[in-house]
Formats: sequence, structure tokens, C-alpha cells
Amino acid sequence: MSQTQGTIVGVNGNMITVEFKDAVSMNEVGYARLGELRLMSEIVRIRGTRADLQVFEDTSSLSVGDPVDFTGELLSVELGPGLLTQVYDGLQNPLPKLAEECGFFLQRGTYLSALPRDTKWEFTPTAAAGDTVTAGEELGSVPEGIFKHRIMVPFRMRGTYTVDSVVAAGTYTIEDTIATLKDEQGETIEVSMLQRWPVKMPIQAYRERLRPTEPLVTKSRIVDTFFPVARGGTYCIPGPFGAGKTVLQQLTSRHADVDVVVVAACGERAGEVVETLREFPELSDPRTGKSLMDRTIIICNTSSMPVAAREASVYTAVTLAGYYRQMGLNVLLLADSTSRWAQALRETSGRLEEIPGEEAFPAYLESVIASFYERGGVVTLKDGTTGSVTIGGTVSPAGGNFDEPVTQGTLKVVGAFHGLSRARSDARRYPAIDPLDSWSKYPSVVDNDAVEMGRSVLRRGSEVGQMMKVVGEEGTSLDDFILYLKSEYLDSSYLQQNAFDPVDGATPAERQKHVFGVLTSFLRASMSFPEKTAARSFFHQLTQTTRDWNRVDMGAKEFKDIQERLEQMVSEVTVNA
Amino acid sequence: MHKVYHRVHNIAGNVINIRAEGVRYRELAEVTSRNGTSLAQVIRLQDDEVSLQVFAGARGVATDAQVRFLGHAMQVPFSEALLGRIFTGAANPRDRGPELSDNLVDIGGPSVNPAKRIIPRNMVRTGIPMIDVFNTLVESQKLPIFARAGEPYNPLLARIALQAEVDVIVLGGMGLKHDDYLYFRDTLEESGALSRTVMFVHTASDPIVECLLVPDISLAVAEQFALEGKRVLVLLTDMTGFADAMKEIAITMEQIPSNRGYPGDLYSQLASRYEKAVDFDGAGSITILAATTMPGDDVTHPVPDNTGYITEGQFYLRNGRIEPFGSLSRLKQQVNGDTRDDHRTIMDTMIQLFAGYRETLEKQSMGFRMSDWDSKLLKYGERFEKEMMDLSVNIPLEQALDLGWHILADCFEPMETGIQSKLIDAFWPKSAVGDSSSASAKATADKQESEDTTETEADAEPTDEQPQSEKNAEKPEEATAPNA
Ligand SMILES: Nc1ncnc2c1ncn2[C@@H]1O[C@H](COP(=O)(O)OP(=O)(O)O)[C@@H](O)[C@H]1O
Ligand SMILES: [Mg+2]
Repeated sequence: MSQTQGTIVGVNGNMITVEFKDAVSMNEVGYARLGELRLMSEIVRIRGTRADLQVFEDTSSLSVGDPVDFTGELLSVELGPGLLTQVYDGLQNPLPKLAEECGFFLQRGTYLSALPRDTKWEFTPTAAAGDTVTAGEELGSVPEGIFKHRIMVPFRMRGTYTVDSVVAAGTYTIEDTIATLKDEQGETIEVSMLQRWPVKMPIQAYRERLRPTEPLVTKSRIVDTFFPVARGGTYCIPGPFGAGKTVLQQLTSRHADVDVVVVAACGERAGEVVETLREFPELSDPRTGKSLMDRTIIICNTSSMPVAAREASVYTAVTLAGYYRQMGLNVLLLADSTSRWAQALRETSGRLEEIPGEEAFPAYLESVIASFYERGGVVTLKDGTTGSVTIGGTVSPAGGNFDEPVTQGTLKVVGAFHGLSRARSDARRYPAIDPLDSWSKYPSVVDNDAVEMGRSVLRRGSEVGQMMKVVGEEGTSLDDFILYLKSEYLDSSYLQQNAFDPVDGATPAERQKHVFGVLTSFLRASMSFPEKTAARSFFHQLTQTTRDWNRVDMGAKEFKDIQERLEQMVSEVTVNA
Repeated sequence: MHKVYHRVHNIAGNVINIRAEGVRYRELAEVTSRNGTSLAQVIRLQDDEVSLQVFAGARGVATDAQVRFLGHAMQVPFSEALLGRIFTGAANPRDRGPELSDNLVDIGGPSVNPAKRIIPRNMVRTGIPMIDVFNTLVESQKLPIFARAGEPYNPLLARIALQAEVDVIVLGGMGLKHDDYLYFRDTLEESGALSRTVMFVHTASDPIVECLLVPDISLAVAEQFALEGKRVLVLLTDMTGFADAMKEIAITMEQIPSNRGYPGDLYSQLASRYEKAVDFDGAGSITILAATTMPGDDVTHPVPDNTGYITEGQFYLRNGRIEPFGSLSRLKQQVNGDTRDDHRTIMDTMIQLFAGYRETLEKQSMGFRMSDWDSKLLKYGERFEKEMMDLSVNIPLEQALDLGWHILADCFEPMETGIQSKLIDAFWPKSAVGDSSSASAKATADKQESEDTTETEADAEPTDEQPQSEKNAEKPEEATAPNA
């Protein structure tokens, strides 16, 4: 590793310019020395013998002439057992440990190791001397909570290796050597359970990438039925402030049917992370009965934390997600909000005095967004098993207007779009995903024809609703009015979901199939009423009863009873039933 | 020890340039010319070139001005002696009190480790029903008041400050009109609250750079009090003034603007201030109330828009009243479950009926026929506006809830409110329940009970789940969007 030295020649906000002598590389990490303090920074531009570095800390008191130590390493994270349940900042500093060390405030220049060095892990070897291995292949495993954590040939090791030796089953720390490998030149390399990986590079130690086809069940009906997410797919949630982006992601982080959830709180309120932080350990994961925290990693770089580290935080998160994918697990990465990360890019670009694009975002914004979402995906690993990283990002468009660079750049690359609307959140129609604007390219958990029918009812019903605002109820035909009531019914008894009800709040795929089947038969029924008031009060009754139904456990007898009652009600108003 | 320089070679806007060595980023300097002395702060270092922002503005700074570096960044003296005092944005006395200089603390310090925050849990009582009942303010919340210039947001801030049970009030004024400054001073003085107040006031006639310092100074002081275990309320007025000062300076610095001239880091700049609101695990708290005027009454203007993304809700002040629609306290659900059994129900029911009233008004204006139900809503809406929304109303939460029941009982039959029977039995004013109506009311309410009980206990926003009365089944967006 090079140990190039440099000297600060300029300071501007979180950017420093450094004069260096030997070789440095783009995105290399350097530490600006301020007395005892070392402030982590990353090279973002090189011109001649001067490099511009973004500093991941407050730059106050730095001075021209202060030394900078380059590390020869790109910005990297630690990978190994012990990542789950952790709460990290954007640079992978464990925040609870930092609090023990520094108290109330985040003191700059304090870096702690991400993984505990003294924890002993129960290692079981799977590779044997003489095996031929490549990067990402398993050497053994340790149990980490509920998972089998694969210990793999470090991803950075290119080429083919022969296993020289593997340690016997037993307890080891992450720094102990667990295997020695020989490369093609016969040189031996010692491998431990700990490896480092540069965050801005995708981990690609797998066999091939597949098309995402299997639904990722979030248990939100409007999502799974109408705008589904696929395992290994990508989706975005744009919406104005207060429309429910964060609440929706919090719900998904609890209920999603995946193995591991990585939450990246990127540039938003600290208070919201605190809720997750304090509540998750108390909540149990219905799949495993263990605490939700056991499957969760939180990366927390909230709005008042240094801006450059905010940009790093989404990469840190996606790297950890990619690492667990290598173990054949399904991982969900939730980033709130990707706009804050884009703004961090904008701030850096502004300081570099680059030629700005639209709304002063850098011209390369779209390609940066695209390559981030490209890190999602479902893959076949070298042992034939599959793993996936699904990425869901919120977008916070200025003025709530989706016609802005971050939303547009994101829409070009994601597979599903959950657009939140102010009108729906004001009317307390939660989750406030707009059923007419949103879309998804992934397969639904229910039958496709039924979904199309539901969509068309929603669309035509909304057209009638619009018209009714002008001509009043009097000017609307009874048939149109019934169509309108049907769309309202579908909206309030299926699309809307009470997040705080234990049953209604999370609807598994099986139940969605069943309930949606029943509902579509209602929507298809050709109904007749004497006049509008009767139609309206019928649908009120139907809505209320369906909502009651939504709150009853599917196994309970009451579930059957209410269903029969609903079917009875509908058959009474159906013609030719 | 600190070097003195005598040659300013460049002056533009409020920024002067000198050549100097060993200067630290963000260090302060004293700039003295014939026309006076001002503090200045290092905002850029490039080789031997040092850019300094002059707090009092560069007007009158001479090319041979004397620049003396102080070796530290901006600090503020902190002690109990601050209480009752009034300072400028640069922390110089604005009253006739002595200059303070002990126990200097840095401003704009690091942010709180999220692991040391706790989930907020204490209600802040204001005596204003539109807040206490409908959008409860919570200790450690950060909340702006969105208003057009000319709305009485300053009296509202002053009033909340006086009613709230807090230990210390810090007032940060940015671009404040002199009259408004005097208003705050006199109001706090008359009520005896000045002795627990510190004021940092930048008025419209003061140098613009000082305006930028106000939030950081105010919050640094607040933080120190909070670390001593005090509950601190910070009032910032007007944050749009602060943002405009940033814009002005960014433009003179030739930074590339992102949106309507505001710098690209507007969000981060605002967030780093608002995020100082905190409930410390093991110490006091900081609650921030800020006025944010909306240029052109436009909530999508960059300042209110970015603010809305940062804060924990907002109060819309419009025509001298807090609008129920669009106003939001994101933290209310943390506290309004533990106040009184009927709190959430009154909150939801009254707002829902008020939405019906707004809708009826619209129908009325379009010349549609008014039904009996419409007449009831009209009567209700007028009383709601007069007795709940009017800012002159000043009653404790419990009394406001009682008043809510009385208004409902005067205007509606119990069944028409959709409130579950358990609460009707407990709270509906007895004299008002007519014999004929109570039977049917009970029947309706019973039917809904099973679902209502689960909600009022667990649902943070039960409004959407409550059975909507026939008349407001389709809430038009106009009735709910504050700026339609
Ligand atoms: N699914 C939901 N159910 C009930 N209330 C909700 C829901 N989603 C949002 N809300 C309400 O809206 C508020 C704002 O939601 P939040 O997710 O923080 O908005 P955003 O992240 O889009 O700014 C919440 O505090 C809550 O009161
Ligand atoms: Mg949010």
C-alpha cells in the first residue's frame, strides 16, 4: 500500500485541496490531520499534483499546510459475522459504541471498528484441503442469530485458489486465520472471517444475474396486488412531505417477507430512526419469533450529520445488502431518502464548480442513480443457490412535483413506482399510493386479469367522480353512480389499510388472493338499486362490513361468517344472480 | 501571538480577501478600519489567500484595514447571567446590560448521536385548542408556523412561549421588524417571563451576516441549558429571513443557485438547525417553534417546502387562525393517547365534521340546495370557527374537550357524529340527549363499537378508518388542501 503524504492548500466548506507528491488514486481515502484528530476524507477530483477531497467531517480549524495521510485504499466497509442488529453511521461507525465513548454528541474524528474483534464465533468448515475455490465460495460457516453466515473466499481475490488448509471446527474471532489458500503462483494467503470491500464497487462474486420474477410480499395490499415488488427488483416511493413515505417504509421494514432488512436513513430526521432503534428490539418477527432487530441493520446518517458521509451511507448500505446476498439470502434495502443523497452530490459538485445540470444537480446524476439501483438484483451464486437484493428508495421532490431530476432519473431505472399523492394523504387514505398514477413491471400476487379489472374499475370510477364534481349527483346516471361507488368501495376496503391494526396492518399473500377474489366477484356483479341513496347506503354497509372482515383473523370462524354475510348482501342487490 | 494584517486586496459583497498564513478555517478575525470594528469569519482558504465574511458588512472597510485573527471560531458566553438579557446576532448586548465573556462555548457544534435520543413523550400545553386538541405539541418537537407575511405569527409564538411550561425561553429574531422586537420584549416583560428568557435579535436594519448567526447562537445556548437538564423552548422568527440571508450571501459569493436563487445546500443548512431539537436520554430538551413566512402564500416555495421535509409537522396560520387542514403534528400520537379517553375521538370527529362544513360551504357557493344536514353543518362550522379556532380562545385541554362535546351536542344527534356508544355514554352532555334520538343513537353506535374500540386505542390517525358519515363520504380535495 502506498503511504503518500500530502499538504492542505485550500479549504472550502467540506472540501479540501491537497498537494501531493507520489501516486494517489481517485476515490482513495485520506486523513487530514488536525493535531491529534484525523478527519476522514475521499478524493473526488485530481488535477495535476493537487487533489480535491470531500471531508466526511466538519472542517473547522483545518489550515493550509496541515498534513494529509493517504491510505491507498478506497472507501471500504468491514464484512463479516456480527453485522446484523448493528446501528451504524454512514461510514460504518457503530453509533451505540460511539455514544459510550463520546457521550451525547458525535465528536469528529472518532472512528471505531465496525465489527467487534473479541466476539468468538462457532466456525464449522465446509471446504477441505485440496479444494479449488474462487472469490465468494464457501470455506465454512458460523451461526449468526437465525442465519447460517457463510465465510467465503474474500471477494477481492481474483483468480483460482487451492485450499491449503482449513481450521478445525471451533470458536474463532473474526481476525483469526480460518484458512490458507494457495494462488496459481503457489503463494499462500491467509484468510480470516473479516474482509473489507470498497463501497462504490458492486460485489459480483456470483455466477449470473437473473430476471426478478418472484414477488416480494410486503403485506401491503395496494402494493402486492396492484403495484408489486419483486425479489431482486427495484422500486421508488416519491411523495411530498407528510404524505407517508417514511411510515410506508417503516411498515415494509417490519412486514416484508425477506431474510435481512437494511435500513438506510439518509439525510432525514433523526427522530424517525430513534423510533426504529428503540422499537425494533421489542417487536417480534412473525416469521421467526425472534426480535425484528435480529434481521435488521440500520445505517443512519441523518440530516444534520456530515453531508459527504450521507452520500457514503447509501453505498455502505447497499454493500452490506450485497454481502448477505452472497449467502443465498433475500435482502431488502430501504433508503429514505434518495433525494438527500442526490442533494449531497449536488453540494459536492457545486463546491467543485462543475457545470451544473437541471436544478443545479450534476450532469451525471442520472447515471449515478442508475448504477445504484443496478446493485439490486437476484443472482445465482457459485454453489447454485440464489440470493437477492431488492432496493426501495423514497424520493422527496421539491414542491411535491414529480417533474424534477431525481424523480425522473429514478423512474427511468426502477421496476415499480409507488407515487404518493397529497390529495390521498390529506383525505387520510393511507397508504397514500396513488392507484391511478403508480405502476409496476413485476407480477402481482393475485391473478393478472383480476388486477386489470380492479384497475379499470378504479379508473372509470374516478372519471365519474371527476364529472360529478361539475354536474353534481343529480346529473350523473345511476349506472355511472354505481360504478363510482364500486371504485370507492375497492379503495376504502382494499387499497386502504389501517397500519395500526394487527390483522389489517399486514395482509399475507394467501389472504390477498382470497379476499381479492371475493371482492372482484362483487365488482363484477351487475347491481340494481331503486335510486342513488339506496345504492350509497348499501355500499356504506358493504364497506363497513368488509373493513370488519379485514380485522378478523383468517383462521377464525368469524372470518367465514362475515364472508357469507357479505356475499348474501351482494346477492340481494344483484340482478340475475 | 495572533498575527495582524494590514492589506485587504479584494472586497466584494460582505467578503474581504487578504493574504495570510497559518489561518484556520472558520476562525474569527477582528477587522478594524476608520469607520469601525467588526468581527469576520474565515469562509475560504486557498493557498495564501484568505476570504473573510465581515459580520457588520464590508461597507466602509478600507484596503488598509487592520485584520487581527483571534485563533478561535464563533463562540457565545454561556451562564445563568444570560437570562433576562437581549443581544444582537453577533452576541453583543442590545440592552444596557454588561458585556459577557466567561465560559465561551462554540456555536454550530456537532449533532447529537441518534443513539442518545429518546422517543418524545411529554405534551406541551399551550391553551390553544387548535394545538392542544387537534395537533398536540410535544416536548422536543421541531415545528414551524407557515404563514403569509402579515399574519399574527409573532403574537402566536409569544403566547405559546408564555403558556408553555418550560424552564428557559430562547428567542432568535432574524430580520425582525423593530416594532416586533419591542413587542416580544414588552410582552415577555409584562408577564414576568423575561427573567427566564434570552433574546438574540437581528433586526431588519442590522447587517445581514449577523442574521446568519442567530439560529446557531440561539441553539448553542439552548443546548447548554438542555444539557443542564432544563426544558428549553426556542422561538425562531422568521426562518425565511434566515434563508434569504443565505441566498443573498450565496449569490454575492457567486455560488450556483439550485432553486429560485437559493443555494443547493438549503435543506442541509435548515436541517442542521432544526435537528438541534432533542429530548436527551438523561438530560433536558429543546423544542423549536419557528415562523416561516411563505412568499406569495406558496407552500411549494423552497423555504417552506424544504422546511416541511425537515420538521415534525407544521401549523398553517391563515386569516389569523390555525387551519385544521394541512396543519400536522407528526408527534401528536406519542402523547394524545394518554391525555383523556375522548381526546382522539373528539379530534377526529370534530375535524371530520368540519370537513363536511367546508364542503357544504362550497355547495352553498355553487348554488346547490341546502339539506337539513347541510344546515346542521353550517351551524356547527360557525361555532367551531368561533369557539375553537379563534386564537383569542385560551382554555386548558380538558375544558376544550368539554367544549367540543357541547358544540357537538348543540348541533347534532349523537348518532350523527359516528362516535362509539361507550364514549357517548360517558361524555355526551346529559341534558342534550333527547329521548327519541338516544335509542337510535345507541343502535348505530353499538354497531360500530367493535371497530371503534380497536382504533381509538391503537390508531394514530384513526380519521381514515372511521365510518364516514354519508355527507362527507367524498371529501373533496379542496376541503382538505390548505392552499387550494
Ligand atoms: N399508513 C399510515 N397510517 C396512518 N397514518 C399515516 C400513515 N402514513 C402516514 N401517516 C401520517 O402522516 C404523517 C407523515 O408521514 P411520514 O411517513 O412521516 O411522511 P413523509 O415521510 O412522506 O414526509 C405521519 O406522522 C402519520 O401521522
Ligand atoms: Mg419521511
